[in-house]
This record gives sequence, C-alpha cells and structure tokens, in this order.
Amino acid sequence: MMLKVNDINVYYGAIHAIKGVSFEVNEGEIVTLIGANGAGKSTILNTVSGLLKSKTGSIEFLGKPLGGVPAHKIVEQGIAHVPEGRRVFLTMSVEENLEMGAYTRPNSGVADHLERVYEQFPRLKERRRQVAGTLSGGEQQMLAMGRGLMSDPKLLMLDEPSMGLAPILVEQIFEIIASLHKAGTTILLVEQNARMALSVADRGYVLETGKIALSGTGKELAESDDIKKAYLGG
Amino acid sequence: MTFLNYLLSGISLGSIYAIIALGYTMVYGIAKMLNFAHGDVIMVGAYICFFAVSRYHLPPVVGVLAAMAVCTVLGIVVERLAYKPLRAAPSLAVLITAIGVSYFLQNGAQLLWTPNPKVFSSVVGTGRLALFGGQLTVSYVTITTIVSCIVIMIALTWFTGNTKMGKAMRACSEDKGAAQLMGINVNSTISVTFAIGSALAAIAGVLLCSAYPTLVPTTGSMPGIKAFTAAVFGGIGSIPGAFVGGLLLGMIEIFAKAYISTQLSDAVVFAVLIVVLLVKPAGLLGKKVSEKV
Repeated sequence: MMLKVNDINVYYGAIHAIKGVSFEVNEGEIVTLIGANGAGKSTILNTVSGLLKSKTGSIEFLGKPLGGVPAHKIVEQGIAHVPEGRRVFLTMSVEENLEMGAYTRPNSGVADHLERVYEQFPRLKERRRQVAGTLSGGEQQMLAMGRGLMSDPKLLMLDEPSMGLAPILVEQIFEIIASLHKAGTTILLVEQNARMALSVADRGYVLETGKIALSGTGKELAESDDIKKAYLGG
Repeated sequence: MTFLNYLLSGISLGSIYAIIALGYTMVYGIAKMLNFAHGDVIMVGAYICFFAVSRYHLPPVVGVLAAMAVCTVLGIVVERLAYKPLRAAPSLAVLITAIGVSYFLQNGAQLLWTPNPKVFSSVVGTGRLALFGGQLTVSYVTITTIVSCIVIMIALTWFTGNTKMGKAMRACSEDKGAAQLMGINVNSTISVTFAIGSALAAIAGVLLCSAYPTLVPTTGSMPGIKAFTAAVFGGIGSIPGAFVGGLLLGMIEIFAKAYISTQLSDAVVFAVLIVVLLVKPAGLLGKKVSEKV
C-alpha cells in the first residue's frame, strides 16, 4: 500500500472540517475523492502534504508515518501536490517554475526531468521563457502539473485540475492524467467534475461534509443511483 | 560646477538610502512585514566598525567585514527571537514588535557605548579626487559609496535571478504555501533574507558614518525612516524599486537643501512621496496586485 490515511480529524479553529476520514491508495492506482464544494476534499490533500495538521489518527506513506513531518520535507519522500487554483509562481518564467518543482532534487537530474516534462507538455517548451502570469488557464494547469512531476514523485496529488477550464481543455487534462497513469504514476485526484473523475479512476471515495459517505470502484460509483442523482445530474 | 557637486552628493546620499532600502524591501517582500528595527542595525554596524578601526586599530576592511558579520548574526537572531514566534499573528502585532526591537537596540547601544557621540573616521580616508583641472573635486567616500551601491545592485539582481536560493526567495515572496509544496524551507529562506538585509545595513552604516562622521545610538533612525520612504517610493517589495527610490530620494533631498531651504528639505522629500503615492499608489516600480478569483 502506498498511502494509508487512518482516522484523521482536521479543524479550522473551532470548525471540525474533517471527521474521522480513512482511505488508502495502492501503487499504480488512480484514486479519486469526489464531493460537493466544502466537503473537505482539498483539506484532506493539504493534510497529507503537511500544510495542515490532523489532531488524531495517522498518515502513512510507503510504511513511514508522515505525522509531524514539516510540509517542505514531504516532497522529498515522494509526494507531489498540485494545489487547487494551480498556484504557479506568476512572476517567474515557465522554466523557473519547473526548476522550483525540482527544488529537492540534486541539480544533476534537473535537465533530464525538464526534457521529460517538456515532452509531456510541448506547449510549456514553446513558452519556457514566458512569465507564468501571461499563460492561459489551461497552460497554467499544465505548468502546475509539470511542476509537480519535476520532483519525480511516487504519488501525484491533483486538486481540481479541471477547475475553470473550457470543456475541451478539461478533456485534454484528463487525457494527460490517463497517460501519466499508464506510465505508472500513482495518482490521488480530487475533483468536483465527478463524471470525468470516475471515468479515469480505479477507485473513488465520496465525501460529504467531512465524512466518507460511499466508496467503491470507479465503475460502481459511476453507476450508483445515489451518485447519479447527487453528482452526475440525473 | 556647483550643480554637479550637488548632483554627486545627491547620488551618494541616495546610494546609501538605496542600500538600506534594499534591506527593507527584501524583508517586506518575503516576510510581508516592515522591519522598523532595520535602521538600528545600521547603527550597530557603524559602532562595530568604529571600535574595530579606532579602538583596536584593525585595517578598515577588517572593520567592515566584522560589522557585516555581527549584523548578519544580529539580523538572524532578532528574526528568530522576535518575529518568528509571530508568523501567524496579525500584522499590527509584528509592527509593534519591530518598533520595540528598534528601541531595544537603541537603548542597548546607549548602555553599552554611552550616548556620547563618537567621531567616526572614514574607512577610505578623507582624500578627494580632482577632476576638470581641480574645478570639481569628489571625495573618495562619495566614489566608494556610489560604486558599492552599483556592485550591490548587480550582485543582488544576479543572486535573485540565477541562484537556487534566490529563486526560492522569489517563490516564497509570491506564495509561501506553494513554495513549501516545492520543498522549500520557508523559515530558513526568511533567515537568509534577514541575513542579507542586515549585512547590507552594516555596509550602509559604515558608508553613512564615513560621509557624516558623528556616531550616536540614534544615528540609524532617521536614515532608516528615509530609506523606508525610499522603498515605498520605488514600490515596496521591488529590488529595482528600492534602488530607484533611494537614488531619487537622495537627490531630491540634496537639491531641496541646496535650492529651496535646508530646514524644509525633509518636508519637500515627503511631499514628493505623497504626490507619487497619490498618482501611483504601488510606488514607481511597484506591481499592482490584482487578486485572481
């Protein structure tokens, strides 16, 4: 098992945002967390990557506990988090953004990784010298994903990669996710676009107000009547 | 030739403001706080150099290096003890703490070194360079100050644009959360920023006292405020902005002293600041912050 999240409880001040959530991700899988706005999806990713702390329970990655490990040390262990809203460094160039993604890697490997990411995202190569703030939304999402891949992660966590993108770009992003999966990357995907997420996922968890309400394979969830009604629009 | 003389004094004073303003602006850019104790670090640097050179008769270069070393450590220690515990506190708390640190340093200096003025002897001597057959003379201090400022500016631009640490600093100043997700240790990046800013303050202190040789525990406070103004003038958070703001402020001050009135020069400086901020609220080279929703 790659990632094992066991009974975490996360608070924002007095607000109990995550209530005893447990789930797991196996090597080579795409696992998706779906749910409405405010259900706690991003909070869970932020807790795994160390930006937030859980009061209880444990998070284990490749058998090692992540509790108490500061956020900047978690990347080194092999988890890359592509945050909600992309959060690329807008005043830095495309290539500098990618270099930042490889911050924890030895300098010798950076050029190779850069080539690999440019192969995956040719658009980024064309715009390598351009400042990230001038990219379109779709290009910024590609940059955020490319930046995540620069650390050569064992687990890639994507938070709402389709947010705010035109349908054709959403399809492109999901094609990229599928191809990363084929190449062997393990992915934890958070999405509001449940239909797209379930179409690529091996397994999924449905989150409701900080609790896991339902879980199953991507296919099971996509065919469940409850899910259809609540998240897939009939 | 008097005009040229004024211009050179303006550029020289402006260079000192620029070097101090760089410290303000870098710390603001990364820690989003106004370090009002920055001016007093200048004073500490000047005292260290004074004692090294005048008391212990060390060569001036050693005095400058000692001042830089002490100020670097002082900057890191102040950040760790006074500001780091307040990382999540409201900005008003941090601001008041910074003012507290400023008083602490001034009073500490009074206790250690007495309030009696010390006469600082210039680290580059009092010689002057004669140009145009002696019609224009420029002191070595002026030349050293201007050259130092240019070298520092080039070095910092190179550092933030080409080194891993410099890029990490830019990443932190834009988005600390995202920087952490890259594996950047935000706390140590902030420490490095304070270290660089304080080392620059030491250089500024030595240059300031080489040009204006009276050294008292409050020596750093007025130049500190002026340099803060310069940083705002140029656009706080922007390194070229601090450079431009510092130079302009120094020149406006000297020209106001020369052609308007010695007493009114500070009033003119601040009036220009107010006009600039009315027209360009983010400062001359400041970025307009637009929130993306």
